[in-house]
Amino acid sequence: MNNIIEIKNLTKNYFNKRALDNLNLDIESGKVVGILGPNGSGKTTLIKILTGLLRQTKGEITVDGHEVGIYTKSIVSYLPDRNFLYNWMKIEDAFQLYKDFYADFDEKKFEALLDFMKLDKSMKIESLSKGMHEKLNLSLVLSRNAKLYVLDEPIAGVDPVARDQILDAIINNYNENSSMIITTHLVRDMENLFDDVIFLKDGEVVLQGSAEALREEKGKQIDDIYKEIFGE
Amino acid sequence: MEFNDNLPIYIQIMDLIKSRIVSGQINGGDKLPSVREFSKNLKVNPNTIQRTYQELEREDLVFTQRGMGTFVTEDIGIIKRLKKDMAGTIVNNFIVEMEKIGFGPNEIVEIVSECIEKEDK
Repeated sequence: MNNIIEIKNLTKNYFNKRALDNLNLDIESGKVVGILGPNGSGKTTLIKILTGLLRQTKGEITVDGHEVGIYTKSIVSYLPDRNFLYNWMKIEDAFQLYKDFYADFDEKKFEALLDFMKLDKSMKIESLSKGMHEKLNLSLVLSRNAKLYVLDEPIAGVDPVARDQILDAIINNYNENSSMIITTHLVRDMENLFDDVIFLKDGEVVLQGSAEALREEKGKQIDDIYKEIFGE
Repeated sequence: MEFNDNLPIYIQIMDLIKSRIVSGQINGGDKLPSVREFSKNLKVNPNTIQRTYQELEREDLVFTQRGMGTFVTEDIGIIKRLKKDMAGTIVNNFIVEMEKIGFGPNEIVEIVSECIEKEDK
């Protein structure tokens, strides 16, 4: 199987603080991969480099065999960990923006997702609750027919019912031809979704492997392994 | 569904399906939900369900018909054997627990018969 992402000796410094330390990582295509780690472990930094929002200090990273750039941005659909739409917009405006911006945006898929999330195009961004924001953003991101979906904390701060809806939407829209990278520290809620998991600690990979193999090997669920690694 | 055992998810789902077969909630020859449907219901990765079905197939409990789906075996012998195996596991666990709190074989038999009699009344 080929790799959608290959990372070699990746380092990122913010002035004298090291966020990623000589990271090596390959991610197979067609998989749902969880990147797990507490706040400040380097998850978002890694994702920002992957999506071209930050430049690495050292090392190499390729997405689908290409260096991060115009091509990779056209095949990567990215859900940031904070809101990226303007308050003056209505959902309709956000929809138009995405349609204009991304050639792979699938209108039908978006309509279906809005319906599923019980959102309406006439709603104002300003008036949305946190859970609704997350649902809308995810609907936009999943409506692209991308090769790689990168979801940064998709369920943080969302109530349990909305959380279930978001998980359903992710499962419904996952297909074998695309890959997904999901960061989270809410391991319990998401671990059943992952093929593979990667544990990040202080900018380094401390453990990685197939989720089921790790459960078998350690006799624990991923959530318990997480607590073991990070719970000192 | 919550998965709390210390086992891989696919094994826990296998056990779930097995207990449904044994208890008659699913009958021999019945079609199992599609991988996608089942993964939605349980909120697990579709690949996990795929693996579950593969392993069940290896144990001859289900069979796949191309383009049709996955079906429970029609072989009553296999289902009976499964039922017996599951009973064996439950009883073994029970005996281990009873021995832990200090009961010998004869006492265990006595207690079990007493309980069954009580339930019958």
